[in-house]
Formats: sequence, C-alpha cells, structure tokens
Amino acid sequence: MTEMPLPPDAPIAVKDPSRLSLALQSDFIYTFKHSPVAIVSFVVVVLMVLAAIFAPLIAPYNPFDPASLDLMNGFSRPMEPNAFTGDTFWLGTDDQGRDVFSTILYGMRISLFVGAAAVLFAMVLGITLGLLAGYLGGWTETIIMRVADVQLTFPAILVAMLIFGVAKGITPVEYRDQMAIWVLIIAIGLSDWVQFARVVRGATLVEKNKEYVQAARLIGRTSPSIMLKHILPNVLSPVLVIATISLALAIIAEATLSFLGVGAPPTQPSLGTLIRIGQGFLFSGEWWILLFPAVTLLALALSVNLLGDWLRDALNPRLR
Amino acid sequence: MALVSVANLTRIFDVSKPWLNRLIERRKKAYLTAVSDVSFEIEEKTVYSLVGESGSGKSTIGKMLVGLQRPTSGSVKIRDVDLARETDAAKIDAVRADIQMIFQDPFASLNPRWRVRDIIVEPVAARGGETKGLAEKLLEQVGLSARDAGKFPHEFSGGQRQRICIARALASEPRLIVCDEPTSALDVSVQAQVLNLMSDLKDDLGLTYLFISHDLTVVQHISDRVGVLYLGRLVEEAAPDELFDDPKHPYTQMLLEAAPKLGEFGRDVPPPKGEIPDPINPPTGCAYHPRCPLAADICKAERPQMRELREAKVACHMAK
Amino acid sequence: MTQSVLSIRDLTVEIPTRHGILRPVDGVSYDIAPGEILGVVGESGAGKSMAGNAVIGLLSPPARIAKGEIHVNGKRIDHLKGDAMRRLRGKEIGMVFQDPLTSLNPLLRIGDQLTETILAHLDVSRSEAEKRAVAALDEVGIPGAAERITSYPHEFSGGMRQRVVIALALCAEPSLIIADEPTTALDVSVQAQIIALLKSLCKERGTAVMLITHDMGVIAEAADRVAVMYAGKLAELGSVRDVLTTPRHPYTDGLMGSTPLASRGKKRLHQIPGAMPRLDNLPDGCAFHPRCPFAQDTCRADPAPKLSDGNGAACWFPLSHAEAVA
Repeated sequence: MTEMPLPPDAPIAVKDPSRLSLALQSDFIYTFKHSPVAIVSFVVVVLMVLAAIFAPLIAPYNPFDPASLDLMNGFSRPMEPNAFTGDTFWLGTDDQGRDVFSTILYGMRISLFVGAAAVLFAMVLGITLGLLAGYLGGWTETIIMRVADVQLTFPAILVAMLIFGVAKGITPVEYRDQMAIWVLIIAIGLSDWVQFARVVRGATLVEKNKEYVQAARLIGRTSPSIMLKHILPNVLSPVLVIATISLALAIIAEATLSFLGVGAPPTQPSLGTLIRIGQGFLFSGEWWILLFPAVTLLALALSVNLLGDWLRDALNPRLR
Repeated sequence: MALVSVANLTRIFDVSKPWLNRLIERRKKAYLTAVSDVSFEIEEKTVYSLVGESGSGKSTIGKMLVGLQRPTSGSVKIRDVDLARETDAAKIDAVRADIQMIFQDPFASLNPRWRVRDIIVEPVAARGGETKGLAEKLLEQVGLSARDAGKFPHEFSGGQRQRICIARALASEPRLIVCDEPTSALDVSVQAQVLNLMSDLKDDLGLTYLFISHDLTVVQHISDRVGVLYLGRLVEEAAPDELFDDPKHPYTQMLLEAAPKLGEFGRDVPPPKGEIPDPINPPTGCAYHPRCPLAADICKAERPQMRELREAKVACHMAK
Repeated sequence: MTQSVLSIRDLTVEIPTRHGILRPVDGVSYDIAPGEILGVVGESGAGKSMAGNAVIGLLSPPARIAKGEIHVNGKRIDHLKGDAMRRLRGKEIGMVFQDPLTSLNPLLRIGDQLTETILAHLDVSRSEAEKRAVAALDEVGIPGAAERITSYPHEFSGGMRQRVVIALALCAEPSLIIADEPTTALDVSVQAQIIALLKSLCKERGTAVMLITHDMGVIAEAADRVAVMYAGKLAELGSVRDVLTTPRHPYTDGLMGSTPLASRGKKRLHQIPGAMPRLDNLPDGCAFHPRCPFAQDTCRADPAPKLSDGNGAACWFPLSHAEAVA
C-alpha cells in the first residue's frame, strides 16, 4: 500500500539513499556483473591506466634519462641476457639501449593523456554547441549544424594534420616539442566534436519538448539554467557511450599522427612514435621494438572499444 | 472582477514547409489557426473547464494562459495584467508566481534525474525562497509520505507522480492552476483519487482552476462552468448541469450522445457522421456546418457569434 | 451448445527477472462464443493485453506461457511456433491495435497490404483478392473504396486508418478478432463510429471479438460478456448487464463507482484507496485485500478462490447487493 499516507507520528525523512548506493543496486551494475567481456575489458583498461599513471614507479628504467642509458645494451633480445653487459630486459631494448617495457609504459602515458584530453575537449565543445543548437533552434542551430556538416566532409586525420601543420608553422622552434602534445590534443579534439554535437542536439530536441522542461520555463527559469540543470543531465547517457568509443578512436588517431611523424616528438614518444621507430628495425630482425608497442596499442584500443560497445547496449533500454 | 479574462484570443501557427521545398513544390505558406477569437472569463475560486476533441485548440489556450506561448492577437489578462504586453518586470513576476500548471503525462513532467524534494521546491527555489521542510509538508498534503522526498520519480506509479506534480504546482502558493488533461493518462480508480484530491485542495486553499479535458464526463464533477471548443472556436458555454441537461449547440449534443453510457447495454444509435475537418483549411462560416444536422445556408456563409440563450451562451445560428 | 471460438484454460504467463518470476497473467480461463464480444477490462498492468498477446503468440521474450491451454476452434494453439503460428494469425485470428498508424506499413499502398494478406491466407487469384480488398474497405465504411485503395496510410485520418486496420484484420475472414484498446487513441465521436462498426461486423459475420479496454463505458456499449482482471487474475466474469449493474467483486464495484459516467450529479467520485500492487510486490492472500473495504482475515491469508465454472466473482465474500457502494 504505497499510496496510503503514513500516520502523523511517523518519523519524518530518514536519510536519503545516496546516489552511489542507488547506482550500485541498479540494473546497470547487474548487467555489468553478468558480462564477462565487459569485466575483462574493464580490468584491462584499469590496469593500463594505472600502469600509465604510475609509470615512474613501475618502470625498471627511466628511458628518458640519458645518464641511465648504456649504448652497449642496444638491441638486447627479450628475456635474454645482453651479450656485452649481461643485463636482462623483459621486452628487450632498442638501438639506444632503452628498455622497451619502460618506453611502452611512458608511451602509454602520452597516448592515454592525449586521447583523454582530446576527447574531453571534443566533449565540452560538442555538448555546448549541441545544447545551444538544440535548445535555441533557429539561426543558431542552422549555423552550428552547417559548420558541423562541413567539418564532417574532411577526414579527421586531414583536419588534424592541417591544424598540426599550421600550429607548427606559428610556434617558435624551441617550444615546438612542448607544443606538439597540446597541438595534437586540439587537432584530434577538433576533428571529433561533431558527433557529440549531433547526438546532444538530437537528445535536446526530444527533452526540450518534455513537460518537465515546460514546467521549468513556466516558473521563470532562465534558458542557461534550464539547459544546465534540466536538459544536460538527461542527455548524458548517449554522450558517455560516444566518449568511450571516441577515446579508442582518439588513441588510434594519435598513434596514426605520431606514426606519420606529425604527432608526439621522439623526446616524448607515444605508442605511435614507438611503432614508427620500431618499424625501421623490422626488416633487420629486431622485431620486438615494433611488436610490443603495437600489441599494447591494440589491447588498449580494443578493450576501450569493447567497453564502449557494452556501455551502448547496457544504456539502451530497447536492447535489454 | 474576474481573475482571468480572455478576450478575442487567437493563435496562428506557421506550418509551412521550409522555403526551399515551397519553392520547388510551388506551394504557398500554410497557416494553422489553432485558436480563433475565443473569449471567456474565470471568476476567482471557481473551476472553468475547456472541453474539446483533438485539434480544438484547448491545450494552446492553456499554454497562452500561463505564458508558454504568445497570442497572435487578442489578450489574456490575469489580475488585469497582460503577460504578453506588460513591460513592468515586477508585475510580470508577481503574476507568474500566481500561475502554475499540471500536465497530462506524469512520466514526462518530472525530471528523471532529480529527487522529488528538489522537483517540488523548484518553483520556490528559483525565486530564492525558503524551502526547508516545504517538500515534506506538500507531499503529505497531496497524500504521499514525507519519506518520499528523497526518492527519484521512477519509483512512483502514474497516480503518485501526478500527486507529485500537484505538490510542485502548490509550492509557490499560486492562485490559478491550469490543468492540461491531468487525469487522461491515469486509470479510472486513480483518476477518481486525483480528481477528488484536486477538488479538496481547491476548497482548502481557495484555488482557481482552468481544467482542460477531452472528456465531458470527467469535468462535470469539478466544474463550475464549462466551455466547449470545436476547431479552435468556443461554441458553447454553460454551467455543467445546464450543459448536460440541455445542450444547445449541435456539436455539444453530438459529443454527449457519442460518449459511451454505462446504463445502456448494447445501445444501437446511429454514430455521428463525419470527422473533424483539417484545421489548415477550415470550413467557411460555422466550422461545424459540414457535420451538422441543422445546417442551413447561413451556416455556410456566416460565422455565428456567441449569444445568450437561456442559461447558456452558444455560437450557433440555428440553436433554439 | 455451440463450440467456443476461443477457449482459454488456466493460462499463466511468466516473465523471469532477476528479482524472481513475475506472473502478469495468472490462471486465467474464459471462452468466447461465435458472434460474441467479450470485453476484457482492467487497469494498466492488470495483464489484459498480455493475455491477448499470449493468444496470438506475440509475447515478447523473456515472457512465455508457463501453464494452461489455448484452443481456437477446438484446436490447441499455445504450443505452436514460428510458421504455424504466423499462418494462424490473420487466417483465424485478426488483430486491431491501439495505434492505427503503427499497425500499417507506411510504405505500402493500403490496397497492396490488403491484397497481400488475402493472398497469404486464402486460396484465391490476385484479381479476386483485389476485388475482396475493395469489398473489405467498403464494408468498414470507407467512402470511395475503389479509389482509396491506391492511397498510403498517411493519407487517411486517424479514424479512417483504424477502419483500414479493421478491414485488414477482417479480410482473411478470421473467426476471432483481438482488439487491443482499438479506440483509446481516437476522439469520442470517432470512437462511437468504430464501436458501432465492430459491433455490426461481429453480428453479421458471427466473428468472435476479444475487446481489450480500460474504458467501462466502451464495455457497456459493445460487449456481451465482460472479464474483469486485477493483478494478473480474473476478478469477475459474467454478462455485461450482471457485472455492471450488480458487481459481486468489490474491485468491480469500486471501479464502477469511480467511473465519472456512473455517478452523475455527485460532487465527489467514489474512490478505491491505493493503487494496484506491482507484480514484483504482490500481497499475500487475495491481491485486492489491501484496498478492499470488506477484507477479512481469510482474504489476507488465502489466495482468492478460482471462478467456479466461468462465472461469478473470485472473492471470498462476494457482495450481495445490499452492501454495494455505487
């Protein structure tokens, strides 16, 4: 009998259950626990992110400290003692004697940072423009969505290379290496905001005609406050899915750009840079310099993507 | 002095296709007259019901009353203030606080991401008022429990949600509540609860309702005066008993005749003929003439004006 | 006694969920005779549509028939799968849904939809099928049927579309029609037209109709017998006149009282306290006892008795008419 009023002496308002405890009991967590793919990819992603964050603590060597490098260690094979120094490296070393395992940890750091920052940038830009376009309509919408259409006609890599090239031209030589990472983030982010904007606009068009938004307008809430407090929380689930899948794509885009030589500089190598360096040794027999960074990139992108796929199904009530 | 006075209210929507389509298909702009020259008054502490089938413009009138839409011509005055034309912000704000609305769909009218407490006090919080304990008090007033304040809307049934909507509407202590089909999405037994609750609240708090419905039988209990709309025009206005016992407009007669009756099993009456015409190209003269059994030449030529007939007002050339 | 067109015995539909097994339809039995309209009435979640879907084999998984039998014209159909069920739908059972727009294919001319349905179920030539399609549209009262046959669904108004859906349901001459809230989306005046149409078709052809609705008024006007459902179970079954004028189950009684039609002139409507319990939170004993003004200890402890021989009320203490509220 839920609709019966309580007796008047009933204690008023016990503590509200927190949003976290509600979330933990939800169907969402339940489907997660029953999906092996989701659990495995989630664990892989978390491990890789932790490894990247704590790289300086985990990595046996600091590959960017010239003092710790010994050229004699160059081209050590994985798990075999070096012919000259007798040191053993799990995944071998490159031509300079840098430990491949350590460079991968540091490279993953750059890759994940660039990927996450680029997606965040794209997300903020895309959500803002999508909300504005969907809620305000009219000319604002026309202009934003036409710009988005134009943006879509360029391949993402092309946009990124264009921005990268321009930025490289206008930054002074001595700052180029430092700037490269940020330019990379902006370049990838700019080529990625359109899908956020489109999805958010579509969801906003649906939400803004719902009666709770009319109720908020009725009591005199301003447009920005309606967009932020009422509409935004209700359009976030599809955004979350796109963000996850975009993260995988951004990591790959970053690797592609770095592979093409327009991304992370060799002083701050990302996984893509490592793959570029490694492919030079492929035909001279030092396969490990290429293989291990490539496998790491594959595992990272695949896990993030699988997680995104699962999220999309879990958040879509129709597929339940 | 009436609380609400509506004079010659008209609302025309532009339903044209985009200009490029118009150019290619050689079509003219299309306009839909949703509300046409409607006038009525609502006395303080009474219930005025607007009844009509789909396309009668009843919801549009409600939205213009609360200021969610602007009239094309004519005026809505609440306490002698015309919301669409008044320039004094303080006056507008004072009147705004006096009007609230209850919507049809109890599932769309509550923001799913907000706790019930925040939903209910929003009209007060938006004006910076004191909200402590308010939600709990209002919840008990509408027959729910104070404990429900911390829950989210999805935990409630349709009838309970509609009670929450009523609590929100009461929060800012309004004088006028516009109820747009508040019970049509509810089951019969729950509908009775909600109608009784609204009727009690009206007596306790001295409220005024504009009650919008497609169902004549629902409004008879609660109304002090009923207006019947057809294709955006007010065709008859009377006290409910008068309207039910002696309907004067042929359309009202048809509506009453067509409504299912509980006592007459297997009733075989000739069903009403024809359907509601296209509001973009309404019939000339009286909009009801193509379906009307009394129609004469004058009905095709001249739109009837509202006139007094015994205890009612009716817009019909032939009614006696 | 003539054979029933539809006969349902102890039908139980189950939905396994992670919170346990829900029974949206629980031990329901009824029959529909040829030419009879059985009204199935109840509030949302009472299981009335689910029972209809079970009959036409349109339960969406994981919902499934767990127990009971369904017979159409003496043939058991509840265990039929895939193709056999598809052949039966349309051929022996026609369907009319609430929303006429979604039950028609928007990309096909209505004439083609009708002709295809006739060809799929009846052994006739194409030209004969086309003739029958026009005749079907004519029969449901679409003016200028021969011309309208080339129109697309969106060119019809809501009421006309529902007529087309009825024509589509009837064109293969089924012996049973399941109409799930056929007038809920329509205006009062159009609703009256559609009800009149259903009634006359049913009488002329001897088609049995299962009319699922939440509207007591529609039931009163159209149905011959009525089945009242509550929380997945049959609460009361009987002729419309008996059930509506002298309801024996307190729920039916309360439902009648809260219908605005019934209590003209009263200022307050009679109301049943509370709401129908959710399926995952059913009370012990009779599911209606927490809302029932006459509930006693028996009602709280033991499940309500089954309907004896397809009539009467599933209640420990059925009302004798002195106590009736409405």
